[in-house]
Amino acid sequence: MTYLLPRTIESALETLADREPTIVAGATDYYPALGRREATGDIIDISRLDDLRGISRRHDHWRFGSLTTWTDVVRADLPEAFAGLQAAASEVGGKQIQNVASMAGNVCNASPAADGVPPLLTLDADIELRSATQTRVMPIGDFILGNRSTDRQPDELVTAILVPTPPDGVVGGFEKLGARVYLVISIVMAAALADIDPHGTIRSARIAVGACSPVAQRLTKLEHDLVGSSIHDPIVRSIGEDHLAVLSPIDDVRASAAYRTAVTPVLIAKALRACAEVES
Amino acid sequence: MSSTSRTNLSVNHRHVEISSAPMTRLSEVLREELGLTGTKVGCDAGDCGACTVLIDGDPVCACLTPVGRLEGRTIETVESLTETTEGRALQASFLRHGSTQCGFCTPGMLMASSALLTETPSPTPNQISDALSGVLCRCTGYRQIIAGVADARRLEPDDPSEPSVGKAVGARVPRVDGAAKMNGTDCFGDDDAPADALVVSVIRSPHHSAKFVIGDTDAYLSGLPGAIAVITAADVPGRNCFGVIPPMADQPVLAETQVRFVGEAVAAVVAEAGTFIDPSRFPISWDPVAAMMEPAESSAPEARLIHPDRPDNILIRGRVARGDIDSAQRDAVASVNGEFQTAFVEHAYIEPEAGWAEVDGDLVVIHATTQAPYMDRSDTALILGIDPERVVIRPTSCGGGFGGKLDVSIQPILAVAATLVDRPVRITYSRPESMASTTKRHPASISARLSVGGDDRLSLDFEGTFNTGAYASWGPTVANRVPIHASGPYRYAAYRALTTAVHTNCVPSGAFRGFGVPQAAIAQECLLDELAQHLGVDPLELRLSHALRAGDPTVTGQVFESGVGYVECLEALRQPRLDALQRAADFNRHGGTRRAGVGLAGAWYGCGNTSMSNPSTIKVGLTADGRTLLHQGAVDIGQGSNTVMAQICADAMGLPLADVELVDADTDHTPDAGKTSASRQTYVTGNATNEAALALRASMAALAGVDSNAHMAIEGPIVTMTSGPDRVRLDLGKLPTDEEGYVAVGVGTYDPPTTPLDENGQGNPYAVFGFGAQVVELDVDTDTGVITLHSIDAAYDVGRAINPGLVEGQIIGGIAQGIGLALMEEYLPGRNNNLHDYLIPTIGDVPEIRVTLVESGDSLGPFGAKGVGEHSLLPTPPAVLNALRDAIGKPVRRVPATPERVLEVINE
Ligand SMILES: Cc1cc2nc3c(=O)[nH]c(=O)nc-3n(C[C@H](O)[C@H](O)[C@H](O)COP(=O)(O)OP(=O)(O)OC[C@H]3O[C@@H](n4cnc5c(N)ncnc54)[C@H](O)[C@@H]3O)c2cc1C
Ligand code: FES
Ligand code: FES
Repeated sequence: MTYLLPRTIESALETLADREPTIVAGATDYYPALGRREATGDIIDISRLDDLRGISRRHDHWRFGSLTTWTDVVRADLPEAFAGLQAAASEVGGKQIQNVASMAGNVCNASPAADGVPPLLTLDADIELRSATQTRVMPIGDFILGNRSTDRQPDELVTAILVPTPPDGVVGGFEKLGARVYLVISIVMAAALADIDPHGTIRSARIAVGACSPVAQRLTKLEHDLVGSSIHDPIVRSIGEDHLAVLSPIDDVRASAAYRTAVTPVLIAKALRACAEVES
Repeated sequence: MSSTSRTNLSVNHRHVEISSAPMTRLSEVLREELGLTGTKVGCDAGDCGACTVLIDGDPVCACLTPVGRLEGRTIETVESLTETTEGRALQASFLRHGSTQCGFCTPGMLMASSALLTETPSPTPNQISDALSGVLCRCTGYRQIIAGVADARRLEPDDPSEPSVGKAVGARVPRVDGAAKMNGTDCFGDDDAPADALVVSVIRSPHHSAKFVIGDTDAYLSGLPGAIAVITAADVPGRNCFGVIPPMADQPVLAETQVRFVGEAVAAVVAEAGTFIDPSRFPISWDPVAAMMEPAESSAPEARLIHPDRPDNILIRGRVARGDIDSAQRDAVASVNGEFQTAFVEHAYIEPEAGWAEVDGDLVVIHATTQAPYMDRSDTALILGIDPERVVIRPTSCGGGFGGKLDVSIQPILAVAATLVDRPVRITYSRPESMASTTKRHPASISARLSVGGDDRLSLDFEGTFNTGAYASWGPTVANRVPIHASGPYRYAAYRALTTAVHTNCVPSGAFRGFGVPQAAIAQECLLDELAQHLGVDPLELRLSHALRAGDPTVTGQVFESGVGYVECLEALRQPRLDALQRAADFNRHGGTRRAGVGLAGAWYGCGNTSMSNPSTIKVGLTADGRTLLHQGAVDIGQGSNTVMAQICADAMGLPLADVELVDADTDHTPDAGKTSASRQTYVTGNATNEAALALRASMAALAGVDSNAHMAIEGPIVTMTSGPDRVRLDLGKLPTDEEGYVAVGVGTYDPPTTPLDENGQGNPYAVFGFGAQVVELDVDTDTGVITLHSIDAAYDVGRAINPGLVEGQIIGGIAQGIGLALMEEYLPGRNNNLHDYLIPTIGDVPEIRVTLVESGDSLGPFGAKGVGEHSLLPTPPAVLNALRDAIGKPVRRVPATPERVLEVINE
């Protein structure tokens, strides 16, 4: 086993090109998966690449360096569109996890229950990948291919998550359902990004649901049908089977598929209501 | 950027250079390379937070941190707290508020708190919860931790003044063993193995049921550098079998040809530290056999026998019957009945099983985290085939037990390995290994019918089947305890309770706070509420009108003339319950999808073993220089027996509490105080302590020639005995000493008076019962089934609170476990062997708890005290379910009442 701790992105990319090592960032997914087994193979620890950490505003987008931690997200002064992302960040594990776990690690680990993914889907986030030879950018929905599978090539490093500057007036919300208050993997979670007028009428909405399919999904038909409804109406009732057709929940230790299906509309409604609450 | 360089960092303000490999977890580096064992490891997976340290001031899990990345960083661990005023104030506040019990989570709690307080010196309760949400505590129920953090910036708190002489009993003194729990020096099972110890790794079954053949272990050993020996069943020198109830002992140390549950041990590999043992490379071939996971399956007529000598796979049946149940049920004017189901529950003590062993001359010495050193000794001696006197058990501090460390786990394999390789050996279970291989709470299926007759008297017909898993463990105790307790603390015209413990291919079920009684209490207390509704009577009034009072016969025909404080507990909850009902009504007036409800439940519990001798012996010695040493063998697993026994000893001798010193409870220095279970230590060992202390004082009085009640004062080597006008000074330095260096010794033994039960379970099973009741207020989101607890009021008859702070800690901690049982905990054999998927309550899951102590004064208990360890959790699950029914109007009869199950009932 070789352990590599690069101090510059360039040297990291060179190593990636040469050896195709395993990347560790916060290591909060890495170690639990390792258990008591021996760490084997080449490992590149990117945690000291300070240039990869931090949130900055660019001319038409927001840049979240891939090493940005969930604590960084919670503490950042961000527009209301990011309220859902921040709510999700504050519910990833406990403080000890949030202090080191990275946004990119959450995305690259590609767990169906990754809390960061639904809000990023509603924000139309792109993933920036760099190798020694090229940089490419792709939508997060295309980047995550399936359960524990992404489009990252062995020589590539995720360097940033890019979010197009959200229009004024758009607000984010997030709701997570688990069997206890803290430190819990989601049974279902929903993120919403909505433009809601002062009377509560939805001008536009984006909705994503996690833990109900191998990769969290945007519910585009629902987004379309919600336009014009009021946040004060019983939204749950306007969500039909066809709206959830892209989901394929399963039974696991946390809950049954049937339960997931039953509560998904409720969580969507709560996430939308959370948007309305941020605005007021 | 290389893998060979050493890592330089600052640990507790000192520069260190680390030689461990860069991917070594910081927790391991701190503990093994730097000897800073204050940082604990409970899971190695980020789930428990026991390993929390500060890196550049931020709390992180040391178990998830590769040391290689820490070049130039600053690490602070619990060992550094004592260095600052703020750190010491935090520690003092934790001690004042009882924020620690076993102390295993404490380093993590302290470090997370210290980071919070640096940023937010006066945090709100919510900020405290957020900050500590990543650290699990299984003992305290968190409320006293929140109080400890909230009060931590009182830099000069009022001196927690020593109780005056003769007033130790009843005083809210901090734990006498607390300081070590605050600065990281308390020594747990994994904390003091010698550096050269070999490591034992156990190979376990991946199958619920299988036959197996072990292959060429010599070839395996020679291909694995660092490995020293493979141990199989053939290497067990004595009897390859253990079990807590000797006539039923049935579990092999290492299985011989077949395994009966996932996680069963089949072999062990002894190797130099740092050797990775990959179980998948161990030479063994498996031949799986269809498994039976449910009692219905394994007790079916043609079912394969898991143990050939146990027909129908039935381990044991239990029975208590009184009065004519059939006619009482037939002639009832009102009846309710129901089927109830509970799950496997994991103890989830934060400290996994750990210890080490060595051969010392003739002796095999085992250092282990345990609740029952003397039982460990007898089983281990049988396994080694040697006299018990040649086995020494040195109990380390125990990071939580709750019944799960009553059975042996690591002790036999350590002993076998140590004698085989003749070098010190150590073992620490991983969290998955601990969860897969050690006992659980029995899942129960209960069917019960509760009726009231024309004479307004109750009758209960109760039948429970308990999944006892693959081996006996404490199955017999559960089967016997449940029928006695399933009545709850009430009077009956007729009663019949039948229990069956059935073997399956599941992990063995054993002892867990309450020995099956919590499961039974769910059925009985929920039906009582349903009966109240059926009759249109208030649930509190119904309980009061049938409550057991002094002079009433219990369902086993036992009559107590005093010490029956159930009515007082119920009365203490009258007003809190009315207040809760009012708040719930206000909550519901707002409409919405969340519905509030209030539930009440009560319980009783017998202290000590059931109809069996279970003596405790305590020794107190006085040295020539006037020190009083208390040989206190009642293992303190966090509940506080070290402190309680010291308080009793101090008052019985008439000495200041600070003058009583504790001696380590190992089996070669300290007499047998029995196991820490069955809520027996305060009552049984407390009596023994009292007698030992009185005996010591009496022997000094005899030496002085004054009467045995004389007042005793010790000043250095001078003892002054005063009785009325007589005043005699004794110079201890002039008295002869025994081989332990004592000039005088007092020994006390106490065994609770009980009688055997007849074939109908009639007799006096326990000398003392404790009583309690709780009111739970909650709300349910009727759209999702998610339950939010608002508050809990608890009232307990503890006879006399020797230490009110510790008693409250036991009650709150028990309630937290009751919340887990009621709402979230369900162990699925082979499926959720980690604290990620097996959920226990976090700091956010335990609401405000208000405790009222009723001191009925027991005639038998020391200073009137009785136990409370297990009583504490009994009423919580039924009170939660009763509140839930109040909120949604329908009963939920299966626990855990997960959001999914609750929603199912709502939508039925
Ligand atoms: C106790 C606990 C609780 C948790 N709770 C939650 C929760 O509530 N919700 C939730 O969503 N998650 C949770 N997690 C999972 C985890 O913390 C998150 O997924 C976290 O964001 C992962 O980030 P990391 O930096 O630690 O990833 P790492 O473990 O370092 O890496 C994860 C994966 O991503 C890859 N990777 C990381 N960074 C890059 C990069 N820049 N480029 C390419 N590949 C990369 C790694 O190779 C690896 O495959 C929890 C974990 C623990 C231990
Ligand atoms: S040991 Fe690190 S979180 Fe449990
Ligand atoms: S005191 Fe917290 S786990 Fe024991």
